[in-house]
Amino acid sequence: MSLGTGIRLADLIAAICFIFALRGLTGPKTARYGNLLGAGGMALAIAITFATNGLTHFLLIVGAMLIGAVIAVPAARLVKMTAMPQMVAAFNGVGGGAAALIALATFLRAPAGSLAVYEVVEVLLGVVIGCVSFSGSCIAFAKLQELMTGRPVVYPGQQIWNGIVGVAIVGLGVTLCVSTVNWLIAIVVVLALAFGIAFVLPVGGADVPVLISLLNSFTGLAVAASGFVLHSVVLVVAGTLVGASGTLLTQMMSRAMGRSLPNILFSAFGSVITATGGAEGNTTRSVRSASAEDVAILLAYANKVIVVPGYGLAVAQAQHTIRELADLLESRGVQVIYAIHPVAGRMPGHMNVLLAEANVPYEQLKEMDEANPEFQSADVALVVGANDVVNPAAKNDPTSPIYGMPILAVDEARNIVFMKRSMRPGFAGIDNDLLFDPKTTLLFGDAKDSLTKVVAAVKAL
Amino acid sequence: MNGGDILSLLTVFVLSAFVGFEVIAKVPSTLHTPLMSGTNAIHGVVLVGAMLILGTAHGTTQIVLGFVAVVLATLNVVGGFVVTDRMLEMFKVRKPAKAEAESASTVAHSSEGGPK
Repeated sequence: MSLGTGIRLADLIAAICFIFALRGLTGPKTARYGNLLGAGGMALAIAITFATNGLTHFLLIVGAMLIGAVIAVPAARLVKMTAMPQMVAAFNGVGGGAAALIALATFLRAPAGSLAVYEVVEVLLGVVIGCVSFSGSCIAFAKLQELMTGRPVVYPGQQIWNGIVGVAIVGLGVTLCVSTVNWLIAIVVVLALAFGIAFVLPVGGADVPVLISLLNSFTGLAVAASGFVLHSVVLVVAGTLVGASGTLLTQMMSRAMGRSLPNILFSAFGSVITATGGAEGNTTRSVRSASAEDVAILLAYANKVIVVPGYGLAVAQAQHTIRELADLLESRGVQVIYAIHPVAGRMPGHMNVLLAEANVPYEQLKEMDEANPEFQSADVALVVGANDVVNPAAKNDPTSPIYGMPILAVDEARNIVFMKRSMRPGFAGIDNDLLFDPKTTLLFGDAKDSLTKVVAAVKAL
Repeated sequence: MNGGDILSLLTVFVLSAFVGFEVIAKVPSTLHTPLMSGTNAIHGVVLVGAMLILGTAHGTTQIVLGFVAVVLATLNVVGGFVVTDRMLEMFKVRKPAKAEAESASTVAHSSEGGPK
């Protein structure tokens, strides 16, 4: 068996590992094993690449890999669970950047005019998709990390500008196919980077995670394109697998929010909000705020309490405290369940991960469809750091930007307690009428502080 | 480099696309985030391409491009798998805790383990 055949066989095995890894990741029991299998296949594909005929610069390769690993491992290990989405965005962006660099390097090393048209097309796809994914992920990271506003950024003629940039990229691409003016590729790179930024800017708040999933599938396609450039089967297989499954996953995520993908990408959420003037309402209406002791009494003498955890709970690292409160209430004979909205936290499934960290019993976690019928018989709905996912405007107000998103029916509970830091609207930037409801009690403050006070108050009863 | 003309690569591309769609047809929303993170790690295979570029580079520009590509791709692949594993670890932590609490009832155990 020649070395070349050995490498191709190893690539085949790696490809099979990737497919089973994806399959494994779709089930709770097999997910961990799936991820390890993917890592195993990856290790094989990388190790065997060292055996490639004519490969040099081994020290540089190993050195670069060490630098990457030394940055990546601590970053991935130490990141807080709440910051996970932007971490995924960052790792996704660098992958897109690498794919773009591969296509670019291949293009630059070929003598001008020596590439066939289809080869230039492959290069262009790799460069453009890779750059869009890179710069788009950077902006998504900045939005989630709150380095810039999380709100949609809109400016006049936005779609027209995007259209012009898109047309310019295509025009330059065609020119590159038929001419030998190689430096034009530099303009393509700049325009593609600009396009990635412009593509992400108008997407705001709660929609960014869906966008990251889309950029993830973009990177997959960019990797597949660079696989075409390098005639590498394993790159084409893995890149395409991610491109396809990532697209499907993006659709599933947007469906979980009750919205279509085009709506998320192009509706520019924010402009609708300012148009309907959501800000007017909250200055004139009054809310009822209470002390931790009041809330403790409300909870301790209830028969059934439904906890609605949101991002605020995660940010305050209050998942352990909420569990302590739940245990305390249960010891007093109160039934406690958690109602988990599909997009609670920052991403689908994020909240389950956070609560699992605090060892909240699995049976107490109810998904939305299961939880909603329970609210009618609940004495208290305790909303901790959630807002948009319980906003009745999604049900009642067709002009609201979140209209149509499935929500938790908190408004059906007999009493509602909101733990909030302030009257600021939620992630999507929309006012919540429920805060002004007569049966609503507000407890202002950091979720963890508030919960700790309530725990102490319940103990003192 | 290893493998195939444009048409066989296209064949691989199309078939992989179908497999990609089929293989994740049904995912509970709890696993959306880990799955996204897992696929993110898998496109880290771009490291293989980056190694090929750096390993065959001549001249400073090529070496710099290749070097940066290898660093970025390593970030993608290493970070991707580690982050995914961390997310999934959380799912794992839950099980022993539960098993302890109610080791008596095997019935309850089997019902809670089922996919949602």
